[in-house]
Amino acid sequence: MRNGSIDVLNDFRQGDIAAFETLFRLHQRAVYGWILRIVRNPAAAEDLTVESFWRIHRAHARFQPSRGFEAWARRIATRAAFDWLRIQHPETELPVGLQAPATADPAISGEIRRKTALAFYRLPPKLRVAAVLAVIEERPHKDIAEALGISVAAVKLRVFRALRLLRKDLGEQGITP
Amino acid sequence: MNANDELRIKKLLQQALPPVEDNPEPGRDLWPVVLRRMDARPVAPPWFDWALVAGLAAFAAFFPASIPVFLYYL
Repeated sequence: MRNGSIDVLNDFRQGDIAAFETLFRLHQRAVYGWILRIVRNPAAAEDLTVESFWRIHRAHARFQPSRGFEAWARRIATRAAFDWLRIQHPETELPVGLQAPATADPAISGEIRRKTALAFYRLPPKLRVAAVLAVIEERPHKDIAEALGISVAAVKLRVFRALRLLRKDLGEQGITP
Repeated sequence: MNANDELRIKKLLQQALPPVEDNPEPGRDLWPVVLRRMDARPVAPPWFDWALVAGLAAFAAFFPASIPVFLYYL
């Protein structure tokens, strides 16, 4: 398999399927992992990985090899995940695959964890994506900003707004963090 | 919201929604699915979508003042 050299990137830009497969094999795990972190549903993450690579292929002529493939793919994947989140109905049940942490704090009951998770899924998708990547997954703000196509300051603002809304929602349920 | 509140909510959130494990892998080979998706014929928009677009365009032509209002709610 060829590596992610500039030749592969240039061939991909020309619409070469073999180059596209090379890039797919190199980056599919990273793209899948990024999407999974956002949607937190393995089945949906697989479908969205396919959707993202289809969008990537469709946009091959607009790709700029000098700017690298990974960040570009991540941005397209983020957009696909965001589109999916927007059409989901407000959550009443936790998504598939969500499990309690291995090192659960005994001071926080399962019921509080469940209510917190549900409150989180009620946040607007824009805020939820920023918060899940920054707070839960602890990804660098710079990466999040690149993926969302916004500034680092805007990421911080979205995280702050998400936490504030979450505190309000939990407060209305009688949970004081 | 002060810094302590923020820290407490972050901790609660991390307890409620554990981070995804490092380097997760899809459960199947997705390349054949990508190939099928690429080969699928694009779905043509139904005729009523075109009718809706034509109707909106006509409305915008007759009532141009509505364009900023429409853009605002987009």
